[in-house]
Amino acid sequence: MNMDAKIPGGPLEEKWSNYKKNAKLVNPANRKKIDVIVVGTGLAGSSIAASLGEMGYNVKSFCFQDSARRAHSVAAQGGVNAAKNYKNDGDSVYRMFVDTLKGGDFRAREANVYRMAECSLNLIDQAVAQGVPFGREYGGYLNNRSFGGVQVSRTFYARGQTGQQLLIGAYQALMRQVHKKTVQLFTRHEMLDLVVIDGKARGIIVRNLDTGEIERHAAHAVVLATGGFGKIYYLSTLAMGCNGSAIWRAHKKGALMASPSWTQIHPTSLPQSGDYQSKLTLMSESLRNDGRIWVPLRENEQREANAIPEEERDYYLERRYPAFGNLAPRDISSRAAKERIDAGFGVGALKNAVYLDFSKAIREQGVAKIKEKYGNLFDMYRKITGIDAYKEPMMISPAAHFSMGGLWVDYELMTTIPGLFALGEANFADHGANRLGANSLLQASVDGYFIAPYTMANYLSGEIHTGKIPTDHPAFDEAEKQVKEQLERFVHSKGTKTVDQYHKTLGKLLYDYCGLSRNESGLQFAIAEIRKLRNEFYENVHIPGTVDTMNAELEKAGRVADYLEIGELMCYDALTRKESCGAHFREEYQTPDGEAMRNDADFQFISAWEWRGKDNEPTLHKEPLVFENVKPIVRSYK
Amino acid sequence: MKLHLKIWRQKDKNTQGKLVDYWLEDVNPHMSFLEMLDTLNEKLVLSDEMPVEFDHDCREGICGQCGVMINGLAHGPLKNTTTCQLHLREFKDGETIVIEPFRSKAFPVKKDLKVDRAAFDRIIASGGFVSVNTGQAPEANSIPINHETAESAFDSAACIGCGACVATCKNGSAALFTSAKISHMAKLPQGKEEREHRVLNMVHQMDNEDFGHCSNTEACEVECPQSISVLNIAQMNYEYNRAKVLKK
Ligand SMILES: Cc1cc2nc3c(=O)[nH]c(=O)nc-3n(C[C@H](O)[C@H](O)[C@H](O)COP(=O)(O)OP(=O)(O)OC[C@H]3O[C@@H](n4cnc5c(N)ncnc54)[C@H](O)[C@@H]3O)c2cc1C
Ligand code: FES
Repeated sequence: MNMDAKIPGGPLEEKWSNYKKNAKLVNPANRKKIDVIVVGTGLAGSSIAASLGEMGYNVKSFCFQDSARRAHSVAAQGGVNAAKNYKNDGDSVYRMFVDTLKGGDFRAREANVYRMAECSLNLIDQAVAQGVPFGREYGGYLNNRSFGGVQVSRTFYARGQTGQQLLIGAYQALMRQVHKKTVQLFTRHEMLDLVVIDGKARGIIVRNLDTGEIERHAAHAVVLATGGFGKIYYLSTLAMGCNGSAIWRAHKKGALMASPSWTQIHPTSLPQSGDYQSKLTLMSESLRNDGRIWVPLRENEQREANAIPEEERDYYLERRYPAFGNLAPRDISSRAAKERIDAGFGVGALKNAVYLDFSKAIREQGVAKIKEKYGNLFDMYRKITGIDAYKEPMMISPAAHFSMGGLWVDYELMTTIPGLFALGEANFADHGANRLGANSLLQASVDGYFIAPYTMANYLSGEIHTGKIPTDHPAFDEAEKQVKEQLERFVHSKGTKTVDQYHKTLGKLLYDYCGLSRNESGLQFAIAEIRKLRNEFYENVHIPGTVDTMNAELEKAGRVADYLEIGELMCYDALTRKESCGAHFREEYQTPDGEAMRNDADFQFISAWEWRGKDNEPTLHKEPLVFENVKPIVRSYK
Repeated sequence: MKLHLKIWRQKDKNTQGKLVDYWLEDVNPHMSFLEMLDTLNEKLVLSDEMPVEFDHDCREGICGQCGVMINGLAHGPLKNTTTCQLHLREFKDGETIVIEPFRSKAFPVKKDLKVDRAAFDRIIASGGFVSVNTGQAPEANSIPINHETAESAFDSAACIGCGACVATCKNGSAALFTSAKISHMAKLPQGKEEREHRVLNMVHQMDNEDFGHCSNTEACEVECPQSISVLNIAQMNYEYNRAKVLKK
């Protein structure tokens, strides 16, 4: 297995410029001869499709929503990081690099992380030029806030809708190319398989979700920018359609999956209120800048929040992590909340939440200021819960949120299948075992605007003489046949349970055994249960209708079938990593005061998994991590 | 609580649809409106009937994918709220709820409650952008924009493209949607260079789709989940006239 990360030589600060200096190019006249498929229209997908279109390549862009603007990047609230140092508070590319590496608990590549920080500078320029209305100071210059886990203010924001505004910028750039006919857009199309010819990615099989038709599309390179698969937990902050199918089907065609079990569980989501619930709404982490998190000191407290006096409240983050307090990184905050909830101090009807309290901030800054900063979040909170958070504290609880894991990619963002690139949340690259807040809008964007345009050209320069890729190659026949067989099998399945019921059962298993904390016997139990569940699913799921029409249940069936396989791999991943790092907390490996215990001697590597067929255990490959610039230290936020 | 639903069922674009009655017993008032439809669909699936197709994705009011007419109101009874953010506590026990698609000539029904809103994408493609290629941007702080201008541009840019404005307008006009983008761009220095082209092209595209004309009823603003103001329409008209004059 070729797992060369292809990290360029030279000092850290010069690696990316060295790469760009030596990368091969495709001259403008030749770009017309080259076809590229981009799956996904989130920040990563829209930005690469638009950028390649501007350069003159023929691009086909796909998404499952009815408009490219609805990709789930739209839901990001808090902000996007960049090391502009506009606040003169000591920020720099290097500091951002260190923060990200440390935040990720030293389980990411130095060179990738440094490059992301370096490219952050250009991203803000690009977004502003597109008309993204970032928050500004009265003098007219861009404003910043500080965001979970760092001590400088480097987060740019557009009220609580930063993801929406950045995505609209990228979407508009994409639509501009659609109008110029450099990009062909296929909305409501779902990728169901990757086509590999002579070892190279050469196309995809998609289903038109409106008509049920199966289509073949060929290209010289394929980009997967299909986002995260945290929806595997069923209850999550992701959109209903988010899925792991595109990357999973590529995995089954030979692309390695890296660290699939590293899921960020976000500390500030709204708690679950009943079984019917379909998703957990995120309350932006930026709220932690002014909100204080607490639970009652007394177990099983019956009084309402406002009736509990100050001295009977436990501000547990401020108590345990005095240096960072309410801004402690996400994995730490979520685990601390789970610890209090499990110990019986949870609040709310189901005792599954903690308080996030703004009374101090309102006293100090006034309601108007708080309203300006977070007005839409407070409105959203009221709509969902019926509660006025200006008057009483919000109730929040942890929820599955972000996949640090994904397809393994090298420095060029290419997977182990030549010609197959993975961008944005779909790859594993930059966040290590825990992502810092506001770093993933950044990663998705820089992957698409500033990195892949260079690395893909380097690859595509070898494709100038290839000529059109034919869609009647036997590899297309075979892939299409398999896709159709699976769909037919589903619609003939008339059992007694719905797809969602299986999804919920799987989600609960993963949340309990491969969620905020994990242990060996739990993971082994989960693997056995998932296998059983998967067999039962194929015997007993009920799918109405036919394949040749719009059929939402059929769409969900394919996604859940994949989740039932991904879930098992996540458990293997967690089982074999006998250490605690970032979001991966193995109960067997903790300090006496309950902090994660990393094991650099044995686990300073990336786990990359190879598919070995349905009933076989996957094979683990290891990419050692080398730290030349920063010495891995024990993360302490005390 | 109990609910009596009358839901628009339509097999596909070319088939005539009709309202069909459904009864739900025992739904929890804390459920969201879409979770109520999930519950109904689960029942339908298990009795091997086709579930109701409806649009949704983020379920947090920002992607703009959801949207149905509820008792004749776009996104239902709550002001400035998407369908996915609506909860059953807004309805009475035993109430009859009529659920129909966002109907409009420019938004053909695809199936049941799903409509085709691709016309919106075509309007944006015709000019709703700044023509800046990746890599061309100058340093972000080189052009200051005062706080109020940035905030006001944001107010226009906040549109989620759900189409409630069109569905609610008796003329089926897309003026609010189109104008929000035109004003977002016209307010910012980055958008000023292409101001005239943009408004002419976008209005032209809007007219070429099956949208009706704006007759200033202001119904759109009332139903808009993002409270996009009708002042954007005034600005669009101003921009349009200005561009026409300058062109002569
Ligand atoms: C609620 C929420 C809040 C967040 N807040 C922040 C924040 O404040 N700051 C921050 O930095 N990050 C935040 N994040 C994370 C960040 O938004 C995401 O990591 C990032 O936007 C991912 O972008 P993407 O382009 O990789 O994927 P997405 O934006 O998820 O796009 C995926 C695309 O792939 C398409 N797709 C998927 N599967 C298929 C398929 N099989 N066939 C065809 N198309 C497919 C979809 O249609 C979509 O177009 C947040 C995430 C969530 C869920
Ligand atoms: S589902 Fe996204 S706005 Fe309602």
